[in-house]
Amino acid sequence: MRLTIPEQEIMSPGHLACQGCGGSLAMRYALKIFGKDTMLTIPACCWAVIDGPYPYTAVNVPLFHTAFETAAIMASGIKAGLEVQGNTSTNVIAWAGDGGTFDIGMQAISGAAERNDDITYIVYDNEAYMNTGIQRSSATPHGAWTTTTPVKHYKKGPKKNMVEIMAAHRIPYTATASVGYPEDLRKKLERAKNTKGFKFIHILAPCPTGWKTDPRYTVKLAKLAVQTNIFPLYEIEDGLHYKQNMKIKERKPIKEYFKYQGRFKHLPEDEVSYLQDQVDKNFEILSLKFE
Amino acid sequence: MAIKFQKSDKPIKIEGAHDMPPMPAALGSMLFNKTGSWRNVRPVIDYDKCIKCFICWKFCPEPAIKIVDEKPVIDYDYCKGCLMCVEECPKDAINEELEGK
Amino acid sequence: MKKTMMGNYAASWGAQLSRVQVIAAYPITPQTLIVEKLSDIVADGELKAKFIKVESEHSAMAACIGASSTGARAYTATSAQGLALMHEMLHWAGLARLPIVMANVNRAMAPGWSIWADQNDSLSQRDTGWMSIFSSSAQDILDSTIISYKVSEKVLLPTLISFDAFFLSHTVEVVDMPEQELVDKFLPPYKPEYKMDVNDPRSFGALTDEQYYYEFRYKMQEAMDQAIDVIKETCREYEEITGRHYDLIHAYRCEDADMIMVTSGTIAETTNVTVDTLREEGHKVGNLQIRYIRPYPKKDILAAIGGAKKLAVIDRNISPGYSGIFSQELKSALYNEIDIPVRSYIAGLGGRDVKIEDIKDIAYNALEHDEPNDLIWKGVKK
Repeated sequence: MRLTIPEQEIMSPGHLACQGCGGSLAMRYALKIFGKDTMLTIPACCWAVIDGPYPYTAVNVPLFHTAFETAAIMASGIKAGLEVQGNTSTNVIAWAGDGGTFDIGMQAISGAAERNDDITYIVYDNEAYMNTGIQRSSATPHGAWTTTTPVKHYKKGPKKNMVEIMAAHRIPYTATASVGYPEDLRKKLERAKNTKGFKFIHILAPCPTGWKTDPRYTVKLAKLAVQTNIFPLYEIEDGLHYKQNMKIKERKPIKEYFKYQGRFKHLPEDEVSYLQDQVDKNFEILSLKFE
Repeated sequence: MAIKFQKSDKPIKIEGAHDMPPMPAALGSMLFNKTGSWRNVRPVIDYDKCIKCFICWKFCPEPAIKIVDEKPVIDYDYCKGCLMCVEECPKDAINEELEGK
Repeated sequence: MKKTMMGNYAASWGAQLSRVQVIAAYPITPQTLIVEKLSDIVADGELKAKFIKVESEHSAMAACIGASSTGARAYTATSAQGLALMHEMLHWAGLARLPIVMANVNRAMAPGWSIWADQNDSLSQRDTGWMSIFSSSAQDILDSTIISYKVSEKVLLPTLISFDAFFLSHTVEVVDMPEQELVDKFLPPYKPEYKMDVNDPRSFGALTDEQYYYEFRYKMQEAMDQAIDVIKETCREYEEITGRHYDLIHAYRCEDADMIMVTSGTIAETTNVTVDTLREEGHKVGNLQIRYIRPYPKKDILAAIGGAKKLAVIDRNISPGYSGIFSQELKSALYNEIDIPVRSYIAGLGGRDVKIEDIKDIAYNALEHDEPNDLIWKGVKK
């Protein structure tokens, strides 16, 4: 028997994630790598519900639910509380959705990154406010339908580049990852676990409910996002050294990725080709940074 | 004394405030919540075709696929029927069966 | 050991003597001196604590909550806008039942920008589940900080200690600093039953539906009720080691008073002096200083009022559309219990000085009029 990710399971089944939830897959991987000596703080996001209602929990590590905008600082506070009591080993993870990271949590994450607080910030990005019913966030990609960007008025303008923003803080470690590639994610989680200071991991976590997809395609889409260069896998050391983790020999057209998703169904041909152009340009610029 | 955390798959009995900690601190595991009832299609592993690559295990978001005697085994108490395992199986070794037939 | 110090530094040293372990703060006038001093104390190694220089007051309170959830003793200080920004997290600390202690230098809310004394900032946080003290001297601030940690850690509710901007924050007074050993004996390390602990993994604050939320509120109220006795008991213990007496209220010459003024903050100190003058003039007046607005010491207040015939409340705050907030609280306490007229005065908003003459004017006005009045603006230029 040869397993490519650790066999230990820390997260319990019975949790409240929708069928095929990319976010719950991400948590399962994160806990496998970080292990029992870990504490989580989770702001308002799907995971505030997924873990289960009072008096239950599914993560089997200490978890402090916190206010929407406070994931990063709550983790910093927890870490400080532990350290001052002599515990320097426990991993503290801020685990937030894209809304809590790209939008309302921006101030706290920037503060914690600038102080280089010794925490790991993981955003499981499902590209909208899914828990409140699929409203657009600044992580929603151009072209997508959400309940606040109806098809007649779909999201215009690019997704905020959170990774670049974090890299600009010159934090020790920044990485992108996808639930479609758990072996790559594993390496990044291990790297974060063994690095001092502020670590930021951006995990693409497809959401069947919000993306209007069949739950069976979550991993397929998480892979396609990478294979189309929509969501390239790379890591950045000290905000300066860019390394591509998965080279795509022949990138697939974004149409391949779009066709499984109801949220892009309304897009006219010219918009799709505009977006294809954008994806290619973005990747070209990014490629220049790879060492 | 803190109320002990119950690790079993049984629901927690709370009669009133005196059974509760001062703050909403969890007392038990979500294991009590048998999400298998959500499923309308059941993935069934055909062990004749299975090559034990554990890709199905790897991608189960619950996790509801266990490794038993070096084989992947679906725990139908918790499998929600997303069918990601069916989709990702490289040998088409997982079949779909409608529930309630 | 006696030392001269500003009210703000009394807060810093109160925190130091309490051996706070995590401090998270953001600058705001007139509070800033408190945390500047603490950052020196921590940098000099006089206090083993982590000081997180956060990016907002909202984060200051969040960091304190995080630290406190692990069993660390957490402290912060703020004022006005900063306290308002924390509002969401004040509820969080309350319902998470975390014994954080915070100083708030009472400062008027903007606009227009004001840095001067006014109680509306902390009174706007009245219903967040924090015990809430209005201190009236530097000694009171220092002692209240130490006492509050002990009370908070027993009843699992946070405490807000408020005091007037500049009149107290920047006024130098003589303060008797208790020896560290004495404080250590009085205030042992915090050892919570429930905390973030990898050996007892739980979630805190999960989705809590109507089956249970109601009961958590009930438990919070129980804790507030219990806190009244715990505060009294803790103050007695503190008196034994320091000789200084504190209580939820401070009744000054109220026993035989016909008319009692009801005050808080620095106005209470000025009123004590005024009461002496008025007594010399032959007026049987007293001063009832409200120290704790939460838990509200209703029984103590009614007992202190005793047989007085009239009350005059002075509020350095206003709930626009009704009246002063201490006045409302007092009237609700009196209802069904004591039927005497209450005259309610607003004074000193936005840092306008309330002098002995002003309090005398208020007293004369109250002595002259027997009819109740909800709202009298003392000294407003109409």
